Amino acid sequence: MTRPATFRSPIAEGRPPVRLSGPDADRIAEIAGAVPDPELPMVSLTNLGVLRAVDVDPDSGAITVTITPTYTGCPAMNTMAEDVVINLRAAGYPDVTVRKVLSDTWSSDDLTQEGRQALRDNGIAPPAASATDRAAADAPVACPLCHSSDTEQLSRFGATSCKSLYRCRACREPFEYFKVH
Amino acid sequence: MTEQAVTQQAANGPATGTTSSPSSAVDRRDIAEYALRLGDDALVLAQRMGEWVSHAPELEEDVALTNIGLDLLGQARALLGYAGSLTGRTEDELAYFRSDLEFRCAHLMCLPRGDFAATIGRMLVVAAYQWELYERLSESADETLAGIAKKAVKEVAYHLEHARMWTLRLGDGTDESHRRIQVAIDDLWPLVDELFRTDDLEQRLATAGIAVDSSALRGPFDAVIDPILAEATLTRPDVPAAAGGGRHGRPSEHLGHLLAEMQVLARQFPGASW
Ligand SMILES: [Zn+2]
Repeated sequence: MTRPATFRSPIAEGRPPVRLSGPDADRIAEIAGAVPDPELPMVSLTNLGVLRAVDVDPDSGAITVTITPTYTGCPAMNTMAEDVVINLRAAGYPDVTVRKVLSDTWSSDDLTQEGRQALRDNGIAPPAASATDRAAADAPVACPLCHSSDTEQLSRFGATSCKSLYRCRACREPFEYFKVH
Repeated sequence: MTEQAVTQQAANGPATGTTSSPSSAVDRRDIAEYALRLGDDALVLAQRMGEWVSHAPELEEDVALTNIGLDLLGQARALLGYAGSLTGRTEDELAYFRSDLEFRCAHLMCLPRGDFAATIGRMLVVAAYQWELYERLSESADETLAGIAKKAVKEVAYHLEHARMWTLRLGDGTDESHRRIQVAIDDLWPLVDELFRTDDLEQRLATAGIAVDSSALRGPFDAVIDPILAEATLTRPDVPAAAGGGRHGRPSEHLGHLLAEMQVLARQFPGASW
């Protein structure tokens, strides 16, 4: 167990696929994955990369949806889980359990391209392309409003665990940055 | 890596335990006790960070300190949930219905929050310690502890960087800011040693590849801290270590007061929800 050269730990590369098993699992994954993040409603659970598995018991029809938190203390997790249950019930699936797992560990690399664009469209700068690449992580953050790279960090911690606060020196607007994590 | 259920259902129901199966040669009570030590450190420090709500020197810092507290609370919930699953208790029972004698946190976590410099000084020390700890615990043979550590190490890296930047600003700032952060470091330094003391229980788990030997973290910790103190023009204190005992039921004199505030609602209205 050696210490890395940077403050950031190496994390799993590549986005873990959503594991599906049992009848109807793909349709159920679509419904569960369409649930929006309550704090970033422009991003679905699928696009956030937190939906990890859908398992349907072929005999009982019992559904287990597996999600993983972005941050261990993220208070949105409970709401996400409740919304998954509510939406699946409304779609005719009464027997739903949401399981929360910590492995494989979520990374901001798990955000889909669609999710990144949705953030950008709503004035939030998406995370640098790779959390494993220190140079990319330290690259200047582009202003989501005027696209200038002349920006500065105001605070490493923002209104939610996953965001920090920036200001654009070109257009003078403040904006939020979805942190590399 | 296989998955472990940390909590089973949404809502606000009590977390049920994991089904991860640690090596059968290892006593599950040892693992529970170890998870309690780490979890209580995180829980008590989260409570101290929460005391900053609306009191920080600027709005951005108010948000930062409480976000850090939230990260710590998340880590505490995962660790206490796991400890409880091994001993038949819920995370809420562990958090709200143990006395100070039953907590297992280091004395450093219990120190009153003090001024902003004291909070930054403690954050620097604790984040450097937790960063070294969780980095290694990510490789634990216990899959639940490894999973928690892999999440925590990324969060703690941000805490360390935040504390490092403020330590530099305060240390290399005005005479008054320099004086305050030096006093903060001087005051907390006797309590640092306790973080790096090991015991039989930890050694049993370390031998099984489950726990991290705390005494092996001191060197790496110093290698992180010393350059930061030097760059901040601060003097590393040369003081005797305090007695400690927080891991073994000899709590800090400050813990009882902290718990009185943290536990009052749950004890007065058991099962309350809103
Ligand atoms: Zn701009």
